Amino acid sequence: MTPPFADELNLRLCHRCKYACSLDRDRHRCSRCNALLHRRKPDAIARTWALLLAAFVFYVPANVLPILRTTALQHDSTTTILGSVVDLWQDGAWDIAVIIFVASVVVPVAKFLILAFLLVTVQRRSRGSCRERTQLYRGLELIGYWSMLDVFVVGLLAALVQFGVLGDIEPRLGILFFGLVVVLTMMATLTFDSRLIWDAVKDER
Amino acid sequence: MTDSSDLIICEYCDSVYQRPPLARNERAHCQRCNAVIERRPWLGLDQLLALNLTAGMLLAFVSFYPILSVQNQGRNNAASLADSVWALVDGPISAIAAVVGASLILVPALQVTLLTWLLSFAHFRQRAPGFRWSMRTLEVLRPWSMLEVFLLGALVSVVKLTGRVEAAPAAGLFALAALTLLMIGIAGRDLRLLWKQVP
Repeated sequence: MTPPFADELNLRLCHRCKYACSLDRDRHRCSRCNALLHRRKPDAIARTWALLLAAFVFYVPANVLPILRTTALQHDSTTTILGSVVDLWQDGAWDIAVIIFVASVVVPVAKFLILAFLLVTVQRRSRGSCRERTQLYRGLELIGYWSMLDVFVVGLLAALVQFGVLGDIEPRLGILFFGLVVVLTMMATLTFDSRLIWDAVKDER
Repeated sequence: MTDSSDLIICEYCDSVYQRPPLARNERAHCQRCNAVIERRPWLGLDQLLALNLTAGMLLAFVSFYPILSVQNQGRNNAASLADSVWALVDGPISAIAAVVGASLILVPALQVTLLTWLLSFAHFRQRAPGFRWSMRTLEVLRPWSMLEVFLLGALVSVVKLTGRVEAAPAAGLFALAALTLLMIGIAGRDLRLLWKQVP
């Protein structure tokens, strides 16, 4: 036996406090927390596309521009995200290289692909593998913020290594774009509504 | 028709269920999409309050005491959470300092403050003034607290620095580890229980 959908019982979920509001009683606001009620998150598809595209545009300078600059005595060098992974690998710190590669490259790219896939399938009103697509969405919520790793590492390194002529580390513009990519993809994940996946199934019933 | 507070709606697929009776540590999954729809936490409200006060002290400590220290040819340097934010303020990238400062200091501090406020009143079986606003705000803040990522970042930084300078963890790092665990325990979805437990 499959459970009923909220619409069929004239109920509506409050996004903020997750209360099951009865539409017979409260039409516009949650009776428990007073937040505005929406059937689905407002304009979910358009907003998610917009945030996703903005993140994708920023992802280019995030990878092309250097994220930090190292100066020490005679040396003066800048590194990009991929450059820092390669450097770590060549220094023999392959474990840390893998962690940074996953957090800074695999996770953002996976977020782009998964969100685009979910948006396209929702817009095509696909009815297949709804359960798996919902699980993908929950996965996005879990991994989303781990990409901030590189931003925190740059901040900590820049705060620590300040020895004047003996050595200095300074943040560079690339890290700003990368941080914005992470924030924008997190916002895109939050504005998407996974219940849209199930709307196609419900209309069948 | 039953009272709607006995019903749960899955936030991922909109399925409706009758609230199941749960034992401590048990959780209920949505039949349709397998999301966790309800669980009974293992901590009571007073225990949460105690842990929350601990978290508040740790957060103050972590923000201003060094997390890592480095040594380079006789010169010492150390950095706290606030220093890491400060290092990003200069130059064209200052916008990112706002994001980092919010996710590492501001959001956790707000979470701890609001929780202390709500739970102190709950201790006396009362609803705190601004209860509904505080509960809504906590729900908005939850995804933006990133202390656990910073903890991993601190470990990565130590490895990145070895070979160039001598890096060592400082007292703040252990406090940060403890704080991270506490925040996972106290600031999660379990606090939705407050709606029911405080009349």
